[in-house]
Amino acid sequence: MKVLILGAGQVGRTAAYHLAREPDNEVTVIDSNEAVLRELQSRIDVRTVAGNASYPQILEAAGVADADIIVALTSSDEVNMVACEIANALYRTPTKIARIRAPEYTTEEKLFADGALAVDVWISPEQLVTEYIERLIHNPGALQIVDFADGRVRLVGMLARKGGLLVGQQLRTLKDHMPNAEARIAAIYRNSRFIEPDGETMVEEGDEIFFVAARDHIQRMMNEITRAEEKVRKVVIAGGGNIGFRLARLLEKHYQVKLIERDVERARRVSERLEGTIVLHGDAQDEELLIEENIDSTDVFAAVTNSEEANVLSAMLAKRLGARKVLALINRPSYGELMDNRSIDIAVSPQTVTIGSLLAHVRKGDVVRVHSLRRGSAEALEAVVHGDAEHSRVIGRSIEELELPNGAVIVALVRNERVIIAHHNTKIEPEDHVIVFLSDRRQIDAVQRLFDSD
Amino acid sequence: MRSILAVTNVLGALLALFSAYFLLPIATALIYGEDESWRIFAECAGITLAVGALLLLTTLRFRTELKPRDGYLLVSLAWLAVTAAAALPMMLGAPQLSFTDAYFESMSGLSTTGSTVITGIDKLPHAVNLWRCALHWLGGMGIIVMAVAVLPMLGVGGMQMYRAEAPGPVKDAKLTPRITETAKALWLVYAGITAACFAALCLAGMSPFEAICHAFSVMSLGGFSTHDSSIGWFHSPTIEVVLMAFMLIAALNFSTHYVALRRGDFAAYRRDPEARWVFVWVGFSIVLLTAEIMHARLYSTFSEALRHVAFATTAMATTTGLVTEDFSLWPIFASMWMLFLSCVVASSGSTGGGIKLFRALIMIKQFFREIFVQVHPAAVAPLKIAGQVISNQVVYSVLAFIFVYFMTVLILTFALLSTNMDFTSAMTATIASINNVGPGLGQVGPGTNYASLNDRQTWICTLAMFLGRVELFTFLILFSRPYWRK
Repeated sequence: MKVLILGAGQVGRTAAYHLAREPDNEVTVIDSNEAVLRELQSRIDVRTVAGNASYPQILEAAGVADADIIVALTSSDEVNMVACEIANALYRTPTKIARIRAPEYTTEEKLFADGALAVDVWISPEQLVTEYIERLIHNPGALQIVDFADGRVRLVGMLARKGGLLVGQQLRTLKDHMPNAEARIAAIYRNSRFIEPDGETMVEEGDEIFFVAARDHIQRMMNEITRAEEKVRKVVIAGGGNIGFRLARLLEKHYQVKLIERDVERARRVSERLEGTIVLHGDAQDEELLIEENIDSTDVFAAVTNSEEANVLSAMLAKRLGARKVLALINRPSYGELMDNRSIDIAVSPQTVTIGSLLAHVRKGDVVRVHSLRRGSAEALEAVVHGDAEHSRVIGRSIEELELPNGAVIVALVRNERVIIAHHNTKIEPEDHVIVFLSDRRQIDAVQRLFDSD
Repeated sequence: MRSILAVTNVLGALLALFSAYFLLPIATALIYGEDESWRIFAECAGITLAVGALLLLTTLRFRTELKPRDGYLLVSLAWLAVTAAAALPMMLGAPQLSFTDAYFESMSGLSTTGSTVITGIDKLPHAVNLWRCALHWLGGMGIIVMAVAVLPMLGVGGMQMYRAEAPGPVKDAKLTPRITETAKALWLVYAGITAACFAALCLAGMSPFEAICHAFSVMSLGGFSTHDSSIGWFHSPTIEVVLMAFMLIAALNFSTHYVALRRGDFAAYRRDPEARWVFVWVGFSIVLLTAEIMHARLYSTFSEALRHVAFATTAMATTTGLVTEDFSLWPIFASMWMLFLSCVVASSGSTGGGIKLFRALIMIKQFFREIFVQVHPAAVAPLKIAGQVISNQVVYSVLAFIFVYFMTVLILTFALLSTNMDFTSAMTATIASINNVGPGLGQVGPGTNYASLNDRQTWICTLAMFLGRVELFTFLILFSRPYWRK
């Protein structure tokens, strides 16, 4: 597939990286900054074109004429929209995806209806990250929560702690605790090593556990793994940028929210648009300020500034000063790995959150959603089974008959909007959405091939 | 000097325009066959027109676009000059007042105060009674708003004048792109609701003449009546309820009425940050004072107490000052509470007086913000009213306004005390005048009127009414050095 990516910012680079590592794709990246492009080209196998991403001549030079998909990810909503319009008007590009951050645009549904703007799909990384963090705060105890099949099924990662019903028990006892639950343990990591779970596996304290469950069963399942956490009441957000502001607006209805912003002008603007949030002007790394604002009685401290270093430091400081749970927005995977000593409870990677939703639209065929887990070392994906029994390697077979690569587990199916927790004898039918947990990301191609319909 | 001449030019136009307003009493006099009144009002119209034309024509060559600061001078002069013109017929004809009393009566009319120095109102010619109420009606929406609506020559200067006259702290709200259209729209809505009020009063049992006068009086939140005993004369609960309803309507912002009535958007009332508080404060006070009055056993039945308290509270809070009962005989708590309400209930952009509800809301929010910032020293806390951010600039000017307001009350009270008036009368007369309410307590209570005041006291009250109507700064700014410095 020929893919044109406009903009080589963080999201653009990540998208290019993910798309280019699949051998079928030909990726071209347009950006106005040549240095960034040179750097990008030296690391991944893409073509680059320097220039303004919305000029027809630049698009032409990048090969828009025979591109299958144009993904506009520049930092300007307007450039993204115009680029899609131009690609549509001049070249009839089949699929046009634009990043649009301003809610002022995205809340006008008619703009994106057929025949209005030539944007087939819009994505807003800020919104995705905000919703992701909101899910984590609504479900205290979870380290990671990702959606499949439009949110019908969720995969949750969390730590086993004393007080969970399943801790110290074999997995087979889950049936006794939750007789009719649509839930299943997908993976257990003990001391960072993957254990493929079966009925005899014992759950130990400190295990990192991933489970899938229908959305309504998540809270009960979480109580199996750790004792019910106290309800979150007080949230402190460090950073009043796009994410911090949106997060505050989502959370202020349910929690007591404080938001710390360093820039006085921005703090003023944010405070004018928030209703119940207490907006503080100051530095989230300022110990005095945190103490003054009772950081020790804070349930969640979320560091979401633009600077990941500041996020790491302020989150660690907040943790030391007594915040119950701290969360930091971290882009670089290497920083995430530093967090293993639990001085930061949850590291959220914007690219990881965003790319899943982007890939879902880019991959036309069978894999509709990919979520990166455990900071990129594992993945979970959702694939749609197409074809018929003769041409498919999976249709009509039970799960135990499939030639799944090592470390890949089919954990759940969604059939006609119904969630089915996978068992070894579950048979796969056409149009099933299959959710696969991959403990080793390198096996992704093998899994994708398995679901190819030809 | 040139700018004063330019202002004089517009002033002349204003007076000439105002002379047309005499057609109302002239027509009334003709209808009721009051020959003497007819001639007097016609003479006064002629004098006003002549003076206006003289000022207009002699300064014609100095005519220029008004500068922002000229608005203050013009508005002050316009009010003083129009008041003088309106006082003329009451000096020349019945009730043959002295200049002091006539000017007081006229100012009381135009400023929508409703205090009177005339005893025997029932016996006045119809034309004079109509004239007094018509002055209310003109002053309610504003002489300048009328002028801006009618005189195209004002142009951009109109906006400056409009701002100098408009009541309330936020003066930039234009309903339409052009100020002339905004002024027309406001007058149209005002006239429309007044017509509705007239119809309702007719249905409630008033004669058409009484209904016109009281519609003028109530829609402008004035307080003149056609009877010495005011609304008490009618002994009609129906009339009282109708009047109360229209007092509350007139105490809301007319911009909100415009949006609601012209665009059919009745949610405008819910969005209006002041509207809900008008009802909350008046409603709460009625409950509170009814309990107080019942406790004092002044009325035998609850319904009677409620009826009188509800009317008095609404009339005082909205700064109308129509009366049914002599509330100066009530416990001092009740009557003082009602006077206090008159400071804070009328909305900005309404026809009422006082500090205005919006300013009171800003003060209350500022108080809570002060506390909040003590607890969270690093907090950025914009002051918001109904989701709208109020800039600190406005907050400061409101603080300054309220300070000047209370200083003015204090100084004028002292001025009245220096004339050997008793304290209760002095203070309540000042408050009742500066809030454009009307009746105070003691010597100026609802059972009597302002006739017993000597000349000095009358002038002090006249000044208070004027200051209250133009919201202090418009007039006080003329006495500041920076204003006159080039």
